[in-house]
Amino acid sequence: MSTIRYTKDHEYIAVDGDIGTVGISDHAQHALGDVVFVELPAIGKKLAAGGEAAVVESVKAASEVYAPVAGEVVEVNAALEDTPATVNEDPLGAGWFMKIRIADKGALDGLMDEAAYKEFLKTLD
Amino acid sequence: MTATPTETSELTPLHALHLRLGARMAPFAGYDMPIQYPTGVLTEHLHTREKCGLFDVSHMGQAVLEGPNAAARLETLVPADIVGLAPGRTRYTQFLADDGGILDDLMVTRLPGEPESLYIVCNASMKAQDFALMREKLPDLRLDVLEDRALIAVQGPRAADVVEGLIPGAQNLVFMQGGDFEWRDSPLFVTRSGYTGEDGFEISLPASQAEAFAERLLAHPDCKPIGLGARDSLRLEAGLCLYGHDIDTSTDPIEAALQWSIGKRRRENGGFPGVARIQHALKDGAARVRIGLVLEGKQPAREGAEIATPGGEIVGKITSGGPAPSLGKPVAMGYVAREFSAAGTELAAIVRGKALPARVTKTPFVPNRYFKG
Repeated sequence: MSTIRYTKDHEYIAVDGDIGTVGISDHAQHALGDVVFVELPAIGKKLAAGGEAAVVESVKAASEVYAPVAGEVVEVNAALEDTPATVNEDPLGAGWFMKIRIADKGALDGLMDEAAYKEFLKTLD
Repeated sequence: MTATPTETSELTPLHALHLRLGARMAPFAGYDMPIQYPTGVLTEHLHTREKCGLFDVSHMGQAVLEGPNAAARLETLVPADIVGLAPGRTRYTQFLADDGGILDDLMVTRLPGEPESLYIVCNASMKAQDFALMREKLPDLRLDVLEDRALIAVQGPRAADVVEGLIPGAQNLVFMQGGDFEWRDSPLFVTRSGYTGEDGFEISLPASQAEAFAERLLAHPDCKPIGLGARDSLRLEAGLCLYGHDIDTSTDPIEAALQWSIGKRRRENGGFPGVARIQHALKDGAARVRIGLVLEGKQPAREGAEIATPGGEIVGKITSGGPAPSLGKPVAMGYVAREFSAAGTELAAIVRGKALPARVTKTPFVPNRYFKG
């Protein structure tokens, strides 16, 4: 059973052991609109917390995706190259971006849980 | 990402309708405009190519310039043949600065039945400057800015059917022709023109009638509302310039590959701002020219990306770019040194340090489907 945490930039990290699956929230995919391209990091890349991890492109613009916590990229969702629209259809499932080995699980405490993120979204409108 | 209108944003006559339709709104050129509706940009884009889209372009400038020799007088500001424009015909041109740079681009229609009157449509972002320019340079003419009129574009292969149902006779217009019509006793001015590469119409009507008229159009099962997001991807596929991006005061019409819009008489006789630069460029070719690029792969290249040779030499810059939904691959427009401008030339767009292979391609990227009668 994984636990999910969110950033204020609308990334999520679903944690299972010391591996975290990173993607963008449903709110983020909705705000971006139709995703047409995702640029993923190289496997083995060491990401700093808040550092650029990926780029997601909609029809209109390119947006950066930041690493929720520090870690090393261990897997990327190569299926997004052919079907980037999966990010819109299933952002928390098949539309994941990458898996990272979390450097310090204590850093997760600085992120929002599901309930806190929902409250955070309410403050945006 | 959630844009809210600034306090100074103006509203078009269709603003309440956009909100009812669930549009995502954002400030554009001083107006709170619909960027997309709930179905999203890709669906809207493809729907316009397959059936019919309705666009609120009421933010654009509309004016009537009239007075003795209005056409000849306007020719002192633009390089197109306006004097030779027959009544009821429309032409595309550009306001030019003294150095030949483009101040704005516009459509000019000689009003049928009023040969000394020219109906002008110009860009929202530049209209205040355009109107001031005409008032300053053409003080002998009267400029009526049509503040109380909406402008609705109806575009796509089904547009003629959709429009004909409300405006009998409009389907007899041909591309770049305009005429007077009525709807519920209100005067309409309709041109067969647009900004998508498709057949279509732009309908100028009293602001007070705009919402009811738009709702009647949208009652047609083939007609859907389309936001500015798809308007931009449609015009990019059609190879049409966006002012402030593909053309501006630093580009002249020859560099911008708009020489087709300058008539023979005007090329020879001049009489417009920047004539020396333009005649020189017509004779010897411009040092850089606007080109189309089709990219390999799926990653788009956007405005500002540099254009390089396969060997890595920087030879230009992209001015518009993004996915082309009707082609399924990214396209771009930009300027390159002339020796790299031939169709088929292999180049690359530099995006975040990576060279994306691209090939110079003639525009439009998607064939125009104008109705020429």
